[in-house]
Amino acid sequence: MKFAITVFPGSNCDHDAYHVLKHILKTPAEFVWHKESDLSKYDAILVPGGFSYGDYLRSGAIARFSPIMDSVIKEANAGKPVIGICNGFQILVESGLLPGALINNKYVKFLSQNVTLKVETTNSIFTQKLKHGQHLTMPIAHRQGNYMADEDTIKQLQDNDQIAFTYASVNGGNPNGSMLDIAGIMNEKKNVLGMMPHPERAAENILDSMDGLGIFESMLGAT
Amino acid sequence: MKAKIYIKYKDGILDPQGKTAGHALKSMGIDGFDDMMIGKYIEMTFTDSNKATAEAITDEACRKLLANPNTESYSFEIVESE
Repeated sequence: MKFAITVFPGSNCDHDAYHVLKHILKTPAEFVWHKESDLSKYDAILVPGGFSYGDYLRSGAIARFSPIMDSVIKEANAGKPVIGICNGFQILVESGLLPGALINNKYVKFLSQNVTLKVETTNSIFTQKLKHGQHLTMPIAHRQGNYMADEDTIKQLQDNDQIAFTYASVNGGNPNGSMLDIAGIMNEKKNVLGMMPHPERAAENILDSMDGLGIFESMLGAT
Repeated sequence: MKAKIYIKYKDGILDPQGKTAGHALKSMGIDGFDDMMIGKYIEMTFTDSNKATAEAITDEACRKLLANPNTESYSFEIVESE
């Protein structure tokens, strides 16, 4: 499975993601600059975290109109796996690939800390190698990670099993005030995942947690 | 000509910035108000457009980029530049 890692001005988790895919999981991965417009040769797309365009206007709002996003949308609609992490999640939400919005954290502060996630579904290419209810520890680093959506959208997310991860009610629980403690959601076809926590920063023993690895291994197992 | 654009959170959307600044005012003794929200104010200037065109451009800009329809509402007025 060959990964494209999109790079916007201000992306800063692109190299972490590359390192995990290429050096730990030994899977091909390439950076793709946001001015490019063709992602057809890749099997999966990773939209990394960071502060694209300085978070100006709203997080992800301007990156969403970078040329590369047309092809991210095209490939996603064709069924290719797309994972957006942190700012990547914000970009996917702004682009309409994922429903709802990510607004300011409940207590406004930028949060940089470990959180404990609960796996809400194993019925997806992103979570198939995990266990239902399993706890995963990994860091968050965001100020706009408070997921919200209207009632109909929330109901659809629940009914269609689109909630991938919630913040478990341990170690302080939900850090940002998101509805239903949501930490990560998928689109209706479940080939697009957006999540605020950083699995790529929890994939090596030296980093204290390897809990993020299972998400990438699930994706690799999908082919 | 100039578009004056106001973007605010929709009702029910958490506005921690407005809440925090409001609390700060009250703790300074500046009271007598119920609530406050903090939104965005944006200006766009037009040199060669008539009012209808400026309105159309501003509306499209708000719809497509400047406001997030999930969380924000916008309004604007087109005025002659001072």
